[in-house]
Amino acid sequence: MTQLVIIGIYLALLLFLGVFSSRLFKGTSKDYMLASHSIGPFLLLMSIFGTTMTAFALVGSSGEAYKEGVGVYGMLASSSGIIHSLCFFLLGIKLWSWGYKYGYTTQIQFFRDRLESDRIGILLFPILVGLVIPYLLIGVMSSGVVISSITEGAFESSFADYDYGVPPWLGSLVISLVVLIYVFFGGMRGTAWANTFQTIVFMVLGVVTFVVISNKLGGLDAASHAVLEKNPSKLMRAVDPADRERYAERYQTWTLIAKYNYARRILKTLKLTDEQKAEAYKRFKPRFPNWQTTAEAVYANQPDPEDPEKKLYKLTNEQINKALLTQDDRVIPDPFPEKWVQGIMAHHDLREYPRKANAEEEKAMLIFAENIGHPEHDLDPDDPSKGKKWTIKKALGVYRASSWAPDAPHPMSKLVFFTYFFVPLSVGMFPHLFQHWLTARSAATFKLPVVAHPLFIMIVWVPCVLVGVWATSATFQGAPLFPPHFPANAVLAAMVKKMTSPVLAGFLTAGILAAIMSSLDSQFLCIGTMFTEDIVVHYGGKDRFTDKQVVFMARMFIIVIVAITYGFSLLEPRRVFTLGVWCFSGFSSLFPIIFAAIYWKRLTKAGAYAGVLVAIGTWLFLFKEADYALKPNYTFLGMMPVATMVVASAAAMILVSLVTRPPSKAALERFFPED
Amino acid sequence: MRYTVYGLVVLLIIIHQDNWLWDDKRLILGFMPITLLYQAGISIGAAIVWFLATKFAWPHHLEEVAQEPPAQAQESGETE
Repeated sequence: MTQLVIIGIYLALLLFLGVFSSRLFKGTSKDYMLASHSIGPFLLLMSIFGTTMTAFALVGSSGEAYKEGVGVYGMLASSSGIIHSLCFFLLGIKLWSWGYKYGYTTQIQFFRDRLESDRIGILLFPILVGLVIPYLLIGVMSSGVVISSITEGAFESSFADYDYGVPPWLGSLVISLVVLIYVFFGGMRGTAWANTFQTIVFMVLGVVTFVVISNKLGGLDAASHAVLEKNPSKLMRAVDPADRERYAERYQTWTLIAKYNYARRILKTLKLTDEQKAEAYKRFKPRFPNWQTTAEAVYANQPDPEDPEKKLYKLTNEQINKALLTQDDRVIPDPFPEKWVQGIMAHHDLREYPRKANAEEEKAMLIFAENIGHPEHDLDPDDPSKGKKWTIKKALGVYRASSWAPDAPHPMSKLVFFTYFFVPLSVGMFPHLFQHWLTARSAATFKLPVVAHPLFIMIVWVPCVLVGVWATSATFQGAPLFPPHFPANAVLAAMVKKMTSPVLAGFLTAGILAAIMSSLDSQFLCIGTMFTEDIVVHYGGKDRFTDKQVVFMARMFIIVIVAITYGFSLLEPRRVFTLGVWCFSGFSSLFPIIFAAIYWKRLTKAGAYAGVLVAIGTWLFLFKEADYALKPNYTFLGMMPVATMVVASAAAMILVSLVTRPPSKAALERFFPED
Repeated sequence: MRYTVYGLVVLLIIIHQDNWLWDDKRLILGFMPITLLYQAGISIGAAIVWFLATKFAWPHHLEEVAQEPPAQAQESGETE
C-alpha cells in the first residue's frame, strides 16, 4: 500500500505542475504547441532526453542486460549517444531555423514546402501517425504492467486475479488520464516542465536504486564476481565454454524429463512403483527444488544392470520429438514432418515451433492452485516457516522454470551489433522530437543537449545494465533471486521489491513511470498538433478557425488517438517491446528523406515519394517476414532489418531524384540561399 | 578544424565496433566488465567530440535567425 500512496502523490504533483504551467499559457496555438519558441538550454536538454528515453531506459535496459549481457550497452546506448547528438546537430538546428523563420510546427509543413508538394502530406500523415501509435502503446502498456507488479498485495480482497494489486488495465488508464490532463492544461510548456521534472526524478532514483541494490548484493565486487563465476558469458558478447558445458548438461537432463513425462502422462506406458521411486530418490543428488521428477526421469532412463539392452521404457524418434515439444508447451505440427519421424530435434529446431497460447497459465493455475493466494498470507497458517502464498506471477515463474527447456547461451552477432546503429537514426524522423526542437529559443540552445545527451545516457544506462547483469547470478536469503525464464522486463521491479524498502520501491516506481510519461506527453501533443496543422488548418484554411478552436480540435484528436491506443493495449499484451523496435525501424527508414531534404539540393519531389514508398514497402515486407514481430530475433541477411530499409529507401530516393526534374529555383533560394 | 571534428565522429563510429573485446570477460577495478567500461568510454568520447563540434563546427550563421521575430504563420512556398 505504501507504494500505491507514493505513486498517487507523485501523479498529483504532476497534475499540479501541469495546472501551474497553464497559468503561463498565452492562449495561442503557437504557445500551446511550441511554447512560443521560449525554451532554454537546460529545459531543452531535459525535455529531449526525457522524450527519447522511454520505458526502455530503466526497465528495458536492465531487462535486456539480464537476457543478453553487458553487450546491450554498446548496441543500444553508446550508439544512441553518438547518433542522437548527430541528429540534433545535423538536423535539429537547421530544422529549428527554418521552423522559426517560416513558421512550421510540424514535419509535414516543412516537407510540403521543401518539396513543393501538397500531397506529400497525405502520404506522410498516416505513416507518421501509424508509427507513433505502437510507440504510444509501449508507454501505455508498460505503465500498467509496472504499477501492477509493484502493488501486488496492496488490497486485502479486491483484484485477486491481479495478485491483489492494481490491474494493468487500470494502471494504464490512470497514467493515460494523468498525462492527458497535464498536456491539456500545460501544452508544450507544461510538457517541457513536466519532462524536466520527470527526467531529474528518474535519473536520481536510478542511481539511488543502483547503490542500494549493490549494497544488498554485498558490494560492487561481490555482485560482479558472482556473475563471473556463474554466468561469465553475461560479461562479454561471446559464449564462455563453462556456460556452454552447463547448458549441455541441463538440456540433457531436461530431455530425460520430457521423455519420462511423455511416456507416463501421454502414452501411459510407464508407471514407476513406489519401490522404484524410493530407489530413484536414494540414488539422486543434489536436491534442488522439485528434484523428484528429475530423479525419476534419470532412474527410468537407466538400463537394467542385469540386462543392459532392457530399459523401463523406449520411445520412437517421433515420440521423442513430440515429448520435447509437449514439455516445452510448443504446438505439435499436423501433419508431423517426415524429417522428425526419422531424426531427433536439436534445441534450435524445437524453437522453430511457436508456444501454445495460454498453456503456461492454464497448467500453472492447475498445478499450483493450492499455493496461489494473497502474498501477505501464510501458505500454512499453522506453520509460518513454510513461507507466504504465491502470486500468480510466481506460480507462472515456477512452472516455466521447472517445465521449459533451459535457455541456450548465444553470442551477440557482430553484424547485428554494427547494424543496430541504424535504429537510433529514428530520432531524426520522430515527429514529437521535431516539435521539441522547434521550442528552442535560439540555435545556441542546442549546444547543451548536443554535448550532454551521451553523458546522460551513460548515467542512466550503466547502472541499469550492471543491475540487470547482476540479477542473472544474484542470490538473496540463500536462494537464487530469479528462476530461469523469468520475464526480463520485470527484473528491475522485482529486485527493488525484494531487496529494498516499500518506500524506495514506491519512489523507484515513480521514477520508472516518470521515464514512461516523459515520452507519452510529447507524443500525445505532437499527434494533436499534426492533426490540426496538417489536416484541419491546412485543408480548412487558416482563417476559418480561431486559435481556441484549433487548440480544442488538437485536444479532441489527442483523446481519440489515446482511446484507440488504450484499446489496442487491452488487445495485444504480448509483443510490445519487439513492436517498439519495428516502430523505430520505420522512422529510421525515413531518415534519408529528411537528411536529403536538408543537405541535398538535387532531391526532387518524385525522389522523396520514391524514398518514402520504398521505405514503407520494405518495412511491410520485412515485418511480414518476421511473422509480424512474432520472431523477436529476426534478422535479414544476418543484419538488423532496419539496415536494409535505410539503404533501400536511400537508393530509391537518389536514383529517382537524379532522373527527374530538379526543384524550382524559388524553392532552392528559400532553403539554400547561400549557394 | 571542422573536418577534423567530422573525422572524429567517423572514428567514434568505427571504434565503437570493438571486435577485439568480444570474448573478454575481465573485470576492471574488481567489478566493471571491460566491455561496459570501454563502451562507457565511447559515451564520454562522444560528449567530447560533440563539445568540439560546438566549438569548431557550429553553424553560427543560424544563431542570427533568433534575432528576427518568429514567423507567426507558415509562408507557404509554391505548391502543386
